[in-house]
Order: sequence, then C-alpha cells, then structure tokens
Amino acid sequence: MAFVTGLRCRECGRTYPTEPLNVCDFCFGPLEVAYDYDAIARIISRDRITSGPLSMWRYQDLLPVDGTDAVDINAGFTPLVKSKNLGKLLGLDNLYIKNDSVNPSYSFKDRVVSVAATKALEFGFETLACASTGNLACSVAAHAARAGMKAVVFIPADLEAGKVIGAAIYAPTVVAIKGSYDEVNRLCSEVGDNWNWAFVNINMRAFYAEGSKTLGYEVAEQLNWRAPQHAVVPSASGSMYTKIYKGYKELESLGLLDAPVTTKMHLTQAAGCAPIVDGFESEDDIIKPVKPNTVAKSLAIGNPADGIYAIRTLRESGGSAYAVPEESVTEGIKLLAETEGIFTETAGGVVISGLRYLASSGAIKRDELTVAYITGNGLKTQEAVEDVVHPLLIDPSISSFEQALNGQKAGGN
Amino acid sequence: MGRRRAETRGPMAKLRYRFTFPTDLVTQPITYRLGKDFDLVTNIRRADVRENMGWLVLEIEGTDQEIERGVSWVSSLGVRVDPVSGDVIEG
Repeated sequence: MAFVTGLRCRECGRTYPTEPLNVCDFCFGPLEVAYDYDAIARIISRDRITSGPLSMWRYQDLLPVDGTDAVDINAGFTPLVKSKNLGKLLGLDNLYIKNDSVNPSYSFKDRVVSVAATKALEFGFETLACASTGNLACSVAAHAARAGMKAVVFIPADLEAGKVIGAAIYAPTVVAIKGSYDEVNRLCSEVGDNWNWAFVNINMRAFYAEGSKTLGYEVAEQLNWRAPQHAVVPSASGSMYTKIYKGYKELESLGLLDAPVTTKMHLTQAAGCAPIVDGFESEDDIIKPVKPNTVAKSLAIGNPADGIYAIRTLRESGGSAYAVPEESVTEGIKLLAETEGIFTETAGGVVISGLRYLASSGAIKRDELTVAYITGNGLKTQEAVEDVVHPLLIDPSISSFEQALNGQKAGGN
Repeated sequence: MGRRRAETRGPMAKLRYRFTFPTDLVTQPITYRLGKDFDLVTNIRRADVRENMGWLVLEIEGTDQEIERGVSWVSSLGVRVDPVSGDVIEG
C-alpha cells in the first residue's frame, strides 16, 4: 500500500499529482515525494519491518511505490561491519563500515534504481534510461533486464570502453555522445525532459532519490534502532547525503528509534570536484558549478542538483564538509583494504581519507558511534590503484623463493 | 519510444536553463540582449544575484536553431549554462 500523497516543490511548496515530473512548472524548483506520515505511523512498527525481506524492500511502507511487485535484484541489507583495525589505527573505538559495495551491481545505485524501475513500470514506461559514466549505467541496465524493460544508457564518446562493460553485459542500447561534458549533459537533460522514457535521474528523480533513504533506515536498524553520532558520507549531487539523514529523521518521527537523532552528517568530496564543500565554506550558501577534475569519477558532478539541500543538512545536523586532497583518495582505498579487507572504489577512498581527517582533527571523539558509508566496489576503479601490484619475481626453485622472501624481509616489507 | 515535446508548436520549443554568472559578468545585461539580439522570448522564474556572482533559472522560447545559437552566445561570454535539474551524468 502506498502512502504517497503527491509531489511537492522544494522551493515554492506547490503540489503536484504523483506523476513522472521532476521540476515545478512555476519556479522550476525540484520536486520531492510527499507522504501521509500519520497513515504510515498507524501501521508501521519494528516487527513489521523486521518480518519483511532481507533487502531494501523491508522498508516499502516508506518508499514511493504502489504495489508489492518491486523490480528487485536484491539490493540492500548490506553488511554493517564493526571495525577492528581501522578504528584502532584512527583512534576510534566505535567505528562501523556500512559496506554497500556488495550490492548486486556493486554500488548503492541499486537502491535508487530499484525504486525508479519499480515506479517506471507502475507509470507504464517501457524504457529505462540514464546518463552515466559508471555505476548508474550498470544498475539501470541490470534492473531493466530484470524488469523486462528496454534500457538506454548515454555515455560520453571518450569514455573508456572498459567503464561500460559492467552495463553493456545486460544488453542495453548504449549511446555514445561526441562533445564536451557540458554538451553531453545538456543533450541528456533535453532527451530526459522530452522523450517518453523513464530517465531515472530526470523525470523519475523524485522517486529515484527516495531509494537512498534505505541507507539511513538500514544503519539505524543494524545499530539496534539508533542513529549514529557521526555519519561520514561521500557526495556527488548531494542527494544520497541528504536522504540518509532524512531516513534517520523519518524513523525518529515515526517513533521507531530509542533516542533522538543527533547525528552529525559529515560530507566528503574530492578536492578536484568539491562544489558543495566550497559552497558550505563560503557561508553564502551558493553552489558555484565547477569543471570536475578528479580521480573520484563517481563523484564528478560539477553542478550538483541537491547541493543547496546538502548544505542545509550540513547546517541542521551540525556536520562538517571536507574536500579530500586528490592524492589522498587512493590512500583511503588502500587503508580500508589493508585494515578491514574491504576493497572500495574511489568514492570510498574519499570517505576513508575524510574519516581519517575528522578523527585526527578531533571532530570525532574516540568513543563516539561513527558510521562510514562505502558506496561502491573497488573492482570498478582498479586502474586507480594499479601501483599495488609488485610481485616477487622468482625462478621455479625453493632457493629462489627463499632468497626473494628473505630479501623482502630485509627490505622491511 | 517517440519524442514527446508537449510545449512544441511547429518548429518552436521552450527549453529551461540555469545561467551562472561569474563576478565580471554580473553587471552585464546578458539576458536582455539574449531576447533583443536573438529571436527568443526569455522568461526568468527564479534568480539570486549578488555582488560576486549570480544565477538565474529561465525558460527560453524560440526555434531549436535560434535557442542553440543564443545559448551558444551566452556560453561564449563565460556564463555557465546548465540544465535546470543540475548535472544528469552520474558516476
């Protein structure tokens, strides 16, 4: 059963029916889903949630879909790992890693796309589309395959072929656009506005974005129904960051948490593309678009749609925003792998390097309950850490092996 | 899979953009000239203009070709031109 009452403009507050719209016709502000929370409160309970499936769809009462037939490739309910070694290294006794890199298409995008695909079918769309340089394309193509929908994925023509294999394997139509990043962006936006397709982050964006709330619900449930004191989150458009906080706050307002939400929401970006961090630090709350130049490709959004809302969440939660130096991104990837056995992509490297800074600066105290969100898998960006491969080259003899091993010990490795 | 441009009448179109002005262009009458020098109707819906920068979201009505010509001119001046919904290419 759906509890959606319609869509509402985040700027002027005008309301719209539940349709595939993303922009207010009056002020061109973004639309978001509005719910009947009183009705939700009457039926929802911890027992109702925990008796649901072991996936993000256990929170269906809080998602904007009508039926029970979700387009589900089993996204969500990913591990929340209590840190052993990384926490010790950083001086944090109560650190958890939300490992969302193990979703079916290896990123958190499965959460948002699962909602968008489900809603697209409800609206009667036959084609699921997106513009992407990686994770989103994989997830859209996978969900379309599962739903029996056509998939169209737009990519910049100069994108390396290897980046889209993870999407192409599901047999979408891949459209490679010749032109600058800005030209590709504008064309995709126009196609999204004017073609009768479900473009997940354009005309389906209001619904799509809601999927990220499950990253908040899940962590709170896995922490035995409490929100953490600190959340460290990567940010590109700013959407996921704001929705995680919204997830905590919804559970609080529905009486499902044991204590009020006091989470400080820490936002991390790579220095080569940090328009939200810059906007927050400038204190004028204006997002100035930038041209991305970062190794963290999955965070390379120069004109973030939800940037201003992310700044509001930063201020409301008392969190901080940190631009991680580019050279620290791969250090973060390696640090997480070497300490916790979790291989993340560059966005995760940004989070871990940001976490290290927050711990060393005293923003996060030793005993405070902290969750670091890892949203994508390292297998996606192996080229970023190619320098880790330096095998011991030996002849096929025990003596050569022993010599190499002793040499390594002598070298202090 | 057909095209669905509800606002199109004949060759005319209405497209929505966000213009971001750097400091040195804040005082220039660029939107005025866009409507005067090109065969376009501009319709500003939201804006925030300050000393050091400004942005506005607007709708531009005209033929596809004229909109493209006008937007290219705006862009060539150093104004950043984006879709109103922000960047849509995600990682």
